[in-house]
Amino acid sequence: MTLYGYAGQILRVDLSGPAIKKETLDPDLAENYIGGRGFVARMLWDEIPPGTEPFAPENMVVVATGPLTGHYLPGSGKTHFGTKSPASGGYGDGNMGGHFGPALKYAGYDAMVLTGKAGRPSYLVIDDDRVEIRDAASLWGKGAIQTEVALKKELGEDFEICTIGPAAENLVRYACISHDFGRQCGRTGIGTVWGSKNLKAVAVRGRKPLPVYDFDAAMEAGKRAYGDIYKKPGFTGWTPEGTAGITNFVNQVGAFPTRNFQTSWAAHHEQINGKKILERLKITDKGCFCCPIPCGKYGKVETARGTVYVEGPEFETIALFGGNCVLQTIEEVAWANQVCDELGLDTISGGAVAGFAIECFEKGLLTEEDFGQPVRFGDLDSVLHILGLIARREKIGDVLAEGVARAARTIGKGAEALAVHVKGLEWTGYECRNAPGMMLAYLTADVGAHHNRAWVLGKDVTGTDADVHALIEAGGSGERMAKSAVRGKARGVIDSQHLRPMFDVLGTCRLQMMELGFEVAHYEELSALITGRKRTWDELIAVSEKIWHLTRAFSAREIDGFGRKMDMPPPRLCREAILDGPNQGHFITEDEVNIMLDEYYAARGWNEDGIPTTATLERVGLDDVARNLNPHQPQ
Amino acid sequence: MQLTAIHENCSGCRTCLMACGLARFKEVNPSRAVLRINGLFPAPGVYRIDLCDQCGACADACPVEAITETDGVYTIDADLCTECLLCVEACPHGVMFIHPAETVPSKCNICGACAEACPRGAIVLTDESEKARAV
Repeated sequence: MTLYGYAGQILRVDLSGPAIKKETLDPDLAENYIGGRGFVARMLWDEIPPGTEPFAPENMVVVATGPLTGHYLPGSGKTHFGTKSPASGGYGDGNMGGHFGPALKYAGYDAMVLTGKAGRPSYLVIDDDRVEIRDAASLWGKGAIQTEVALKKELGEDFEICTIGPAAENLVRYACISHDFGRQCGRTGIGTVWGSKNLKAVAVRGRKPLPVYDFDAAMEAGKRAYGDIYKKPGFTGWTPEGTAGITNFVNQVGAFPTRNFQTSWAAHHEQINGKKILERLKITDKGCFCCPIPCGKYGKVETARGTVYVEGPEFETIALFGGNCVLQTIEEVAWANQVCDELGLDTISGGAVAGFAIECFEKGLLTEEDFGQPVRFGDLDSVLHILGLIARREKIGDVLAEGVARAARTIGKGAEALAVHVKGLEWTGYECRNAPGMMLAYLTADVGAHHNRAWVLGKDVTGTDADVHALIEAGGSGERMAKSAVRGKARGVIDSQHLRPMFDVLGTCRLQMMELGFEVAHYEELSALITGRKRTWDELIAVSEKIWHLTRAFSAREIDGFGRKMDMPPPRLCREAILDGPNQGHFITEDEVNIMLDEYYAARGWNEDGIPTTATLERVGLDDVARNLNPHQPQ
Repeated sequence: MQLTAIHENCSGCRTCLMACGLARFKEVNPSRAVLRINGLFPAPGVYRIDLCDQCGACADACPVEAITETDGVYTIDADLCTECLLCVEACPHGVMFIHPAETVPSKCNICGACAEACPRGAIVLTDESEKARAV
């Protein structure tokens, strides 16, 4: 039976054996979970023994593509990764652009499941049917980018390569997986789990065709899709600056995390925005597979320190290093970005932890002895020093490598008041003390404080569903904003939590839709023509909803005492007023957060502690999960 | 007709490779493509598009005259080809390929699918007469 759209196999690599196994893709898995994030969620639930520690050999990393990955449509280059997260101890996943996922499919595999632990540093080479584990002794300790350079040289340009850097080797809990000289699966510490398995890299070359249900019609639909993208105002308006283009808007609406989230507005934002990337850094646009709107800006950073090359910085890196650590110029932000890329550190958590560490020093919770030197906001040397300590786990870096939540507990002395995270994952680039919908999105995101799952900042600020390019064009006023009402936010957040991850299921990029307003009807049509399985967009979204309940169930199963308290904001965001800027004086109280969570749980069909009820799980077809999660509830 | 690369427009998205596979081989399989995108990273951080310019080096190298030129386009006669792969070695741009699924090398016939699909105008199909006029 041909599963159109899919490669048809799953590759399983037990690094302990080592043992390599190829199995036919289960048609039921494809039917019920579609691909990408759906495969990740179901396999983690089914296969990780409950209670497994993230760094135990029994933990697994699923690398999954979707049915549209590698096909002819805009932005089909996405790869989804998932594991039991070292950050939260619960469900963890991450998404990466570039060219790796398509190559994996062309080699014949829709997904790759990595388990066990290699006896020594190793890397995996997949060359179509040939799969082998090789010794990585000469690569261990090398930077993530330098490792890619070495493997490209050894294997050739047509291999697509994922690597980890020293941070993952040293089990820093927010280490990333790197690919294509600047693309990352950044969040939730999946790179760290590779490090725990002694897996330094995976290289893949694929040279096989993918089956298409209606080839001619799919090609025509693909062509039309590109044609429609070209007509969007954002095609020429948004693409030049990419994600960094939103910097001014976020600052003008008082949502730019600054000085370890002490405030939400940065006076120097014009020095670190997308325009500055174009003026000072950019060499070329850098696109993922089949993407017509490349958000990647590859550039050269020339400073008194020397010259480096880096992809980025993207908006998130600008927010966390430019805002949160108060680095003053785009060159400084880009330099920190490049150092993170080589160390293999997530720039979001990296910037968040560095900002936290500096504030701890300023407030006397950490000392010069802890760091080996004084550190301060706005100082690149301080930031680079901290990043190096973290990656090597030296001095206080050994504590900071655990992330802000665990580090704050170790430091004590009230440090928890300065730690901005949810479920152990550091907060990203949107400050929410006057953006209640976005706050709710962060609190209920299944991986912890991440914007990837839902983005309703625009709706919070404008009350509309305008695409990002339209928001940027309209701009923020920069004027004082009234306090936003917190009621009535749940539905919009839930809709966004189903919509955005749907692209992670299909294996495509969401930016065409989110940033430019590219219509979802294209995906409905292309999915039907490529796979032969017709589903309306609403039917696709229903699968996304099911996955949401499943990932919640996974965290509820895996995290001791999981419940409402883990959806609460960090103290800073519900007790401290914003210091200055358009939202000066605002914050959302714990009582207000509880009102939002009550509405959200009710709309989700979860109990008042935020656990999916048996009735809800059964409604979405997760009867077996219900039996496992709620064994004492009536069936 | 001729394919011209404008390297600085290339973003490395490889939609051109996809289009080549689709048009020439009716496959979703960019490895089939008879052009290449090389990313020169980390430095100098640019893309280089390698295209067939119909230079004829492949035909010169062919010991059995299986590669011939018609209207400026070199094509391979699969029946005459002895699979010696001297043409693959001779190609100065590295864009003649022997794909694992084939025994006979593949080469560009200037169908223009890559140029049509490129979202950024990095590959342009030009008529020789247009070029002459421009000069």
